[in-house]
Amino acid sequence: MLRHERKAVISLQINGETHEVMARPSDLLLDVLREQLGLTAAKPGCLNGDCGACTVIVDGRPMKSCLMLAVEAQGHEILTVEGLGGTAPIQKAFIDADAFQCGYCTSGFLMVCHAMMIRYPVMPEECVIEEWLQSNICRCTSYQEIRRAVRRMYELSTDRR
Amino acid sequence: MIPFNFAYYRPDTLKEAADIFSELQSQGKSAVYYAGGSEIISMSRTGSVHPDALIDIKSIPECGLLTVDKERLHIGSACTLSRIRESNLFALLGLACGRIADHTNQCRITLGGNLCGSIIYRETSLPLLLSDADVSLYGPQGERRIPFRSVFNIRMRLKPGEMMVQIHVPRWALSARHCHIKKTANEKIDYPLTSAAALWKDGILRIAFSGVCSYPFRSEQIESVLSDKTKTIAERVKQAAKMLPESAYAGVEGSGEYRLFLFENTLTELLEGGENAQT
Repeated sequence: MLRHERKAVISLQINGETHEVMARPSDLLLDVLREQLGLTAAKPGCLNGDCGACTVIVDGRPMKSCLMLAVEAQGHEILTVEGLGGTAPIQKAFIDADAFQCGYCTSGFLMVCHAMMIRYPVMPEECVIEEWLQSNICRCTSYQEIRRAVRRMYELSTDRR
Repeated sequence: MIPFNFAYYRPDTLKEAADIFSELQSQGKSAVYYAGGSEIISMSRTGSVHPDALIDIKSIPECGLLTVDKERLHIGSACTLSRIRESNLFALLGLACGRIADHTNQCRITLGGNLCGSIIYRETSLPLLLSDADVSLYGPQGERRIPFRSVFNIRMRLKPGEMMVQIHVPRWALSARHCHIKKTANEKIDYPLTSAAALWKDGILRIAFSGVCSYPFRSEQIESVLSDKTKTIAERVKQAAKMLPESAYAGVEGSGEYRLFLFENTLTELLEGGENAQT
């Protein structure tokens, strides 16, 4: 049985690298990523699992890092925007489709869209895209552009093949 | 940030989980079983709950099981809503799972969390109330397996230290004729103003609701009224609306009157669709 009764060193697999951090059992993954590792792409927004600004990918699935404890993330593969390296199709797609204004929500949307492409390597139906994007909020209301960026992501991934 | 400390345990077996619960209890500490954790984390952050310890059940094999055998579908309490939905093993439950929270949160919320949490809607209970499902429970006093309807009354009625391990759904329910209708104030992902799940067994309608009252329920009285084909659909619906187990729930998302209107509207939609499908 894994036991964490006080602040201790934990090991996390993030963006293909192993990181050791000091964490309390009640520390959120979001806070550990940002404050201990300087991985600030995941943004604190509502901190309630509603806005999606803090979304990362855990074992290929989108996950709101404000609703996950850092200790729980041990043994799982975590991917943040920093791990996309600026070269993922969704990153170019967001630029091509002008899919951001203030940019605060962008990291979360990038991760949801990237996870969608992991789950659906070929573009799914519009209703699936809509359902996945409903997990995140853009207060600048760039929704149409973000939807275009998803289509562009699939065009770019097809071009790559 | 969660502004207090708690201990975190991740047992590998049911016995380890129950033992650590008992050990903590004997030390005067409060422990909660933890799977998806979205409610526990958000309520801890706001100070609504202050557990001394979390017991994470996700590594317990029985709690992660999702399999079907000759007689039943077995669903572990730590299975996420997205996993249940994507498995497509129980169509009606899959529809209910697909309308709880948003897609990303569905990858996190578990069946056990939805049923045992404090949010009143507990929409995964509806298909289980209709399908003669059993539930396996485990706690310091051992294991028991009982009909789901005998332990779910307004909410799960668990003994101290007891956890939900699995749900067992008979095969007839998995592909039986069904219907799921959820009405919300704004977005699809909102809490329900009225949510109805219907399942037909041997041509007989079974129906359960969430949102219209302050707790989910199945009413055999309402089922009987709705099945009375000597009356028009409008007459049946009006009569059913008088048989709610309590006054329609008045909440932030909608008044009692509005929920009742949607309840009638939902039943009409369901009966018109259902009866057309039968002819």
